Amino acid sequence: MAETTVKEQEVKEKEPLFGPKERKLLTDPLNDNNPITVQVLGICSALAVTSLVYPSIVMAVAVVFVTAFSALFTSLLRNYIPKQVRLIVQLVIIATLVTVVELTLKYLNYPVYKQLSVYIGLIITNCIVMGRLEAFSMANKPWRSFLDGVGNGVGYGVILIGVAIVRELFGKGTLFAGSPIELFIIGPSADYLINTTTNSWFGWYSNNNLMVLPAAAMFIIGIMIWVQRSYNTKLVDVS
Amino acid sequence: MNNNRYVLTFILIMTATVAVLLTGLREATKEGAARNEDIFNKRAILTAIEDKLDGTVKGMSDDEVIQIFESDMQQVVLDMDGNVVEGKKAEEIDMAVERKKPEPNRMLPLYIYEGSDSKNYILSVRGNGLWDEIWGNIALESDLNTIAGAAFDHKGETPGLGAEIKDNPKFSEQFKGKKIYEDNEYVSVDVVKGGAPAGAEHAVDGISGATVTANGVQEMLYRGIQYYEPYLRQLKQSSMVAKPAQ
Repeated sequence: MAETTVKEQEVKEKEPLFGPKERKLLTDPLNDNNPITVQVLGICSALAVTSLVYPSIVMAVAVVFVTAFSALFTSLLRNYIPKQVRLIVQLVIIATLVTVVELTLKYLNYPVYKQLSVYIGLIITNCIVMGRLEAFSMANKPWRSFLDGVGNGVGYGVILIGVAIVRELFGKGTLFAGSPIELFIIGPSADYLINTTTNSWFGWYSNNNLMVLPAAAMFIIGIMIWVQRSYNTKLVDVS
Repeated sequence: MNNNRYVLTFILIMTATVAVLLTGLREATKEGAARNEDIFNKRAILTAIEDKLDGTVKGMSDDEVIQIFESDMQQVVLDMDGNVVEGKKAEEIDMAVERKKPEPNRMLPLYIYEGSDSKNYILSVRGNGLWDEIWGNIALESDLNTIAGAAFDHKGETPGLGAEIKDNPKFSEQFKGKKIYEDNEYVSVDVVKGGAPAGAEHAVDGISGATVTANGVQEMLYRGIQYYEPYLRQLKQSSMVAKPAQ
């Protein structure tokens, strides 16, 4: 008991860089408050870009960057932003960062830029970003806002990559297609790890075309929500 | 604090900062981005003649791609009557822009690949799929009749259905060896719903579930290759005249 009071005093005095509160900001969006499976935000891009793992990873990194730094900048400016135009200011911050991502990606990896096409630009309209700015960054200090942004971005990215792994593996039989470390897992030629034309166990196997369609992502996210709630019963609505 | 003057000043300063920042970044990355786009397009063209190259287009480095274009690729621009437009390179032609012009004013890019043992003519075609534009590069053998290879791309076809024209290599592979002329009569290649008859010279199998995209490919090929016909005919005639002299 004595120990906890001492700790709390410390928090008030020094605001440690990485205390339990900060950790909670990072880990909460991964499970208890996941932007996709609990808040059900950002579904549009989660359905659209998850057919391959590699673009999903790029998308996840882009979103983490945007959520983290828009939260940081909004929080830094929070006492100066005029209340009447705060949504516009938040939007400008987000749009600037998204344009930075877009230009950088065009410069660094053009094929992936082509593949993600409009969805990079659509990060601007991703409810997760603006939702966190309005709900958290406008009222909290920069460092915590930054962590909250990182947490929510990662929470989104983890689901994105999870969905993409399932979709690419069962839809195309590959993993990380388009990247330098493309893995051929299962398919009808000698290039693949499991060759369905010669392997007697997997002769019946063929790629599931549904997985390539965005509709598959909806089912997978649905199953993820189900699994998560059966483990984490406090998320289940009592009503 | 929140009077109108403050709000206006805040917005002005913010907009100016953002504008300067983004313009700077754009200028800094402009050259690299343009180079990336150029190489991306060049790879797309090379995909049509992948068989004729050493190794796959995917496995090539950017420098190798540029090297092929510099040493083995002749770039020609044609007008709609089949005449060569002097002083222009094929890579300067943007098919998306040309497609918006009235037909007689359009220009056509033509890439002529001269490898160690083959000469290929690569034609660019563009048309409509189900949702948006589709385009492709068709390589002809030196007989100007047999298709040596084809590669397609699209802007927004449905993944798993229409997008198979790009994602499924089996689709474009079917075009190899097909012929666009029947007894000197232009017929192009049809994309047949339900499958082309075995041994058909002018037909390939369609994609189940993507009839509209497949029809778009057929339409695009018929019209797109036809644009090049005046030039192809000229070329054929001149080579026929030249042959007895050899």
